[in-house]
Amino acid sequence: MTASSVTEGTKPTFAAAPWRERAQEALIPPLVALLVALICGDLLILSYGQSPAGVYRLLLEGTWGNAYGFGQVLYKATTLAFTGLAVSFGLRAGLFNIGGESQLAAGGFGAALVGLALPVGTPLILALLVCMIAAGLAGGVVGAVPAYLKTRFGAHEVIVTIMLNFIVLALLNWFIAGHLHVRETLHTPEIHAGVLPRLADINPRFHGSAANLALIVAVLVALAVWFYLFRARGGYELRAVGLQPQAAEYGGISVGRVWMRALTFSGVIAGMGGINYVLGYKHYYEDGFASGAGFLGIAVALVGRNHPFGVIVAAFFFATLSQGGLAIHAFVPKQMMDVLQGVVIIAVATAVPEVRRILRSARKRSDA
Amino acid sequence: MIGPLPQSVVPAIRMEGIDKSFGAIRANRGASVEVMPGEIHALVGENGAGKSTLMRILGGLMKPDAGRIEVNGRDVTGWSTNGAIAAGIGIVHQHFMLVPTLSVAENLVLGCEPKTRGISLDYKRAADDVRKLSNETGLVIAPDRLISDLSVGEAQRVEILKVLFRGARILVLDEPTAVLSPPEVRELWAVLRRLRDKGDTVVLITHRLDEVVEISNTITVMRAGQTVARVKTSETTPAEIARLMVGREVSLSAGKRVQPSGRRTGPQPDQGLEARNLVVVGSRGIRVIDGVTFNVKPGEIFGIAGVEGNGQTELIEALAGLRPVFAGEILVDGADITRRSVAQRHEAGVSHIPEDRQRRGLILEYTVANNLILGVQKYFSRNGIIDRDRVTENATRAITSFDIRPPNALLAARALSGGNQQKVVVAREMGRGFSVLLASQPTRGVDVGAIEFIHQQLLNARAQGKAILLVSAELNEVLALSDRIAVMYRGKFAVVMPAAEASEEVLGEYMIGTKKGTAA
Amino acid sequence: MNPISFLTQMIRIAIPYLFAASGGVVAERAGIVSLTLEGFMLSGAFAAVLGTNYSGSPWVGVLCGILGGLIFSLIHAVATIRYRADQVVVGVAINLLAIGVTRFFLKLFFASSSNSPRVAGFGGNINAAGFDNPLLWLGIVVAPVMAFVIYKTPFGLRVRAVGEHPDAAESVGVSVPRVRYVAVAISGMLAALGGVYLALDQHQFTDQMTAGRGFIAISAVIFGRWDPIRAALACLLFAAAETLQIQLQGSHAIPSQFIEMIPYVLTIIALAGVVGRAVPPAALGKVED
Repeated sequence: MTASSVTEGTKPTFAAAPWRERAQEALIPPLVALLVALICGDLLILSYGQSPAGVYRLLLEGTWGNAYGFGQVLYKATTLAFTGLAVSFGLRAGLFNIGGESQLAAGGFGAALVGLALPVGTPLILALLVCMIAAGLAGGVVGAVPAYLKTRFGAHEVIVTIMLNFIVLALLNWFIAGHLHVRETLHTPEIHAGVLPRLADINPRFHGSAANLALIVAVLVALAVWFYLFRARGGYELRAVGLQPQAAEYGGISVGRVWMRALTFSGVIAGMGGINYVLGYKHYYEDGFASGAGFLGIAVALVGRNHPFGVIVAAFFFATLSQGGLAIHAFVPKQMMDVLQGVVIIAVATAVPEVRRILRSARKRSDA
Repeated sequence: MIGPLPQSVVPAIRMEGIDKSFGAIRANRGASVEVMPGEIHALVGENGAGKSTLMRILGGLMKPDAGRIEVNGRDVTGWSTNGAIAAGIGIVHQHFMLVPTLSVAENLVLGCEPKTRGISLDYKRAADDVRKLSNETGLVIAPDRLISDLSVGEAQRVEILKVLFRGARILVLDEPTAVLSPPEVRELWAVLRRLRDKGDTVVLITHRLDEVVEISNTITVMRAGQTVARVKTSETTPAEIARLMVGREVSLSAGKRVQPSGRRTGPQPDQGLEARNLVVVGSRGIRVIDGVTFNVKPGEIFGIAGVEGNGQTELIEALAGLRPVFAGEILVDGADITRRSVAQRHEAGVSHIPEDRQRRGLILEYTVANNLILGVQKYFSRNGIIDRDRVTENATRAITSFDIRPPNALLAARALSGGNQQKVVVAREMGRGFSVLLASQPTRGVDVGAIEFIHQQLLNARAQGKAILLVSAELNEVLALSDRIAVMYRGKFAVVMPAAEASEEVLGEYMIGTKKGTAA
Repeated sequence: MNPISFLTQMIRIAIPYLFAASGGVVAERAGIVSLTLEGFMLSGAFAAVLGTNYSGSPWVGVLCGILGGLIFSLIHAVATIRYRADQVVVGVAINLLAIGVTRFFLKLFFASSSNSPRVAGFGGNINAAGFDNPLLWLGIVVAPVMAFVIYKTPFGLRVRAVGEHPDAAESVGVSVPRVRYVAVAISGMLAALGGVYLALDQHQFTDQMTAGRGFIAISAVIFGRWDPIRAALACLLFAAAETLQIQLQGSHAIPSQFIEMIPYVLTIIALAGVVGRAVPPAALGKVED
C-alpha cells in the first residue's frame, strides 16, 4: 500500500509533480506515430522507385534548409496553429469542434469585409485590430451556434459542427459568387486597410514566402490560451467540465455556461486564423481558401496533446509535411504527404489510449 | 467456523483462495465459498465486502488473480462468460443487464437466437418459449413489451427468466430485493423456493439479515474480501451473523454523547437545514421523493437509514442543488434556497460530501491541491486568476491535518487509495465555512482507520454547532452517530425517532416496509 | 418539368446515398460513429476504376471496390475497436487518408493528379436511362435488405443490443467486438458500393469525386433516426432536392447553394428536436475503459 511507504521521519514532499510519467504519456504516442509514418513513407517512396534517404534529405532541405522554404513552413504552420488551438480549446472542455473549416473561412470573410469597409489610410494598428476582431467575431458566431444547440437542446456538437461546415461554406460561396467577387474570379477585391506586414518586409531573406506577422498573433493566442487554461479560474472550471462534468456540476460550475464559452471561443480562435491568408498573404477573401486546414486542426490538436505549446510544435510538423510535399514533388508525388497525414493521425489516436493503458498497468505493478 | 461437509456430495460451486485486486483495492483476498446443489445459499457481508466481485468471477465476467473455481466438481478456473453459461450458471445482476430498446422476448433470446431456415430470427418461437417458461415458473410477463416500459419488479422477472431460458441450474442473484416492494419480494421468494424444490441451486447476495434468515439454507459471511464463516441458517441468529459481518459486537453508540459546546441554549428556531413537503420527480416521471418534511438543527446529526434506492440519493442531490425540486421548499438558516444554484447554496452555507467521490466528489485527473479547491475555486482566485500560493498553502494544511497519504499535493487524485481520496473530499468540505453538512455514505469503501477518522470529524462538526444530515447504507453507522434517525421507504420517511429509541431491529422493520409510522 | 425524367434522375442521384446510408445505419446501430462513409466511398470508387481498368470487366471493378472499402473499414475497426481510439478522430483521419491514398495511386497508376482514363461500365443504353445498370437495382433494394438484417435476423438483434447496451450483450456471451467488426466491415463494403456506382456511372475516377456525399449519407442516417427505411426515404428526399436544383438551373428561382444546404439544415433541426427528437443509439461512440 502506498500509504505505508512514507515512513516516520522522512520529510513529506508536499509538492513534487510526477513529471516523468506525464512526459511519457504525452511524448510516446507522437514518437510512435512518427516511426509508423516513416515506415509508410519509405514504402510509398520505394513504390515510386526512389531512395527514401534521398527524398527525406530533399524534404528537409526544401523546408528547414532555406529561408524561402522555411518561410512557407511558417506560413502554413500559422493557420494550422490557429485551427489546432481552436480544436484543443474545445476538447479541453470535452467538446469536439469539427467546424474549424467553416469558422476559419468565416473569420477570413469577416476580416476581408471590414478591411474593404475601412477607408484607405486607416492607421495600421487600428485597422489590424478592427479586422482581427471581425475575424474572431465571425468565427465566434459560427462556433456559438453548435454551442447553443448543445446547451439548449443537447444536440451533439460533432454532427452539428460538421453540418454547419457545409451550410456556412455554401452561404459564403453564395455571397462571393453572387455578390462580392471580382469578375472572372471567386475572390473579393483587395482590402483597403489592415494589411499585415510580411516577414520579408523585415528580413529580405524570406523574400517570396507568404510568412507574415500573423505568426506572432498565433504565438500570442497560444500563450493566452495556456494562461487561461492553467492559470485562470475560468480554465480551471473549463478543464473540470472536460474531465468530469458531474464533478464540475457538484463544484458549483455551470456546465452549460462553460460549454457555451468553450465552443464559442474555439470558433473565435479558428476565425482569427483567417487573418493569415486574408490580411497577411492575399489581402482578399477567396472562396475555398480554408480547404483542409480546419480538419487538419484536429490532427494538430491530437498530436499536440491538447497543450497550447504542443499544438504549436504539431502545427510546425504538419506544415513541414505539407511544404515538404512540394519540395519532393519532382521525385515522388506530393500526394504522399496526404497519405502520411492520415497515417500519423490514426497512429497517434491509436497509440494514445494504448500507451496510457500500458503505462498505467506498469505503474500499478511497480506499486504493488 | 467452517462447518463440516458431507464427503459424498459434490458441491455445485466450490471457490477457493480467490484473490482479485482493482488497483490499490483488494476486493477479494483468499475468499472461498462452497455451495451444495439444491440449496438456497446466502452470501452476506457489508457493502464492499467483496461479494459481488466473487460472483462476477464465478460468472466469467472477470478473471481472478489467484485461486481455484470448481463447478459440479469440474475445475473451471478462469473461464469465459460463455463457459459459465454453458455450465448452467446464471447471474442476475444488481444493475439489470437488459437492452431497454428491445422487447422482452428479444432480450431473452439474445445470444442464443432461434432461427428459421438458418437466416432469420424466429421471433414467434422466441415469444412462445417465453410464455412457456412464464407458465412453468410463475414469472409472468408479456413477451412483446419493451424493457423500457417495464417496472423495476417486472424487469427483474425478465432477468430471472433470461438466465433460466439459458438453462441455468445455478442461479446467482445480486441484491435482488434492493429495488423491490414487499409484495414483489414475497413473489420472488416463492419463485426461488420453487426453483430450489425442483433441484436448482440459488446463491443470494445480500446484506439484509431478515432476508437471509427467511429464505436461505446455508450462509457464507464475507468481510473485507475474506470469507469469515459458513453456517447453517437453522443453527444461527441474526445477531451472530451481524457480529460476523461487522467483525465485532455491533456497538450502537460509540463516543457520540458529546454535548455541543455551549450551543444547546442557543439555536434560533429557524437555524440549520429545513425541508418542507419536498417532492422530486425522477427520470420515469415517478415521485422519487414524495413529500418529505424534516429539519436538522445546529449541533445535531440527523441520520437517514433505508434500503438503497428508496430516494436517499435523490434527496441529497435535491438538497445540494444537483437535481431540480418539483415542489416544496428547502431552507438553510431561514433562507429559502429551493431555486438556487449549487454555487449559491455553497454561499448559503451548504457543504456536501457526495456518495460517489470518484464520479462527483473528485476530478481524478486533477492534483490533490486542485481538488482541494473544487467548489471554492472562487475564493482562491483574484481577478479571475488562481492564486497558486494559497492553493499550495491550503493543500499543505489539509494534507497535514487530515493525514492524506502520500503527502504530495501535486499527485493526481486518481493515484490515491479510496480512503485517502475520501479524506480529500472531507478535508475540502469541512475546511470551508459552512453551517449545513450533507454527508452521503461518508465512509463507503474506506479502510477502517479512515472510517474512525471521518466519524470523528463528523462528531467534531456537530460539537461546533453544525447541522449535519447523514445518509448511510451502514445501519450501525447511522445508529452510532445520529441524534435522530429517519427511515426512508419509497420516497417517504417511514418514521422519524430519537436515536436512543432506535435499534437495528426497530429500524429494520421500517426499512422493509412491514411497519409504517408517522413522521415525528 | 417531366415527372419521369425527374424521378429517374432522382433515383440515380440517390443510389450512392442509399448504399452509404444503409452502411452507416448498421455501423451506428452497433455503436460505431460513421464519419468514415466519405472515405469508404472514395476508396471504393478508386479501387473499382483501378480493377476495371486492368481487367476490362466492371464486375472485377465491383469486387475491387468492395475490397477497397473493406480494407479502409478494417483499419477503422482495428483502431477504434481493438485499440479503442477515438472514433471521431479516426473517422476524420480515414477520410483524409482516403483522399491521400487515392491521389497518390492516381498519380502512381495513371500519372494524373485529377482523373483516371475512361473505363468500362454497366449498361449504356440511352433509352434505359441508367436502369440497365445492375448496381442501380442493387441500390434500390439495399435498404429493405438491411432493414431485414437489422430487425429480423439474429445478427441484427445483436447489432441493436451492442449499440444500445454492450454490457448486457457481453453478459449473455455475445462478443461485442466481433459484432462491431462485422458491422463496420458491412458499412465499409456498402459505402464502397456507393462509390463504385458513382465511378462506373461516370466511367472514370476524379480526385475527391465523392464530394461530400458520405456526409449527406450521415445526414440521412440521423434524419432517418437510425432506421434503414427512414434513412432511405431521407436519401430520396435529399436527392429530390438536388434534382430540383439541377432541373431548375437557369431559372434562378432559388440559389443553388440554398438547395445544397437542405440536408444539413434538416439534420440539425432533427438533432435539436424541433420535430421529434433524433435519439442516437445509447452506446454510440462511447469507449469503455
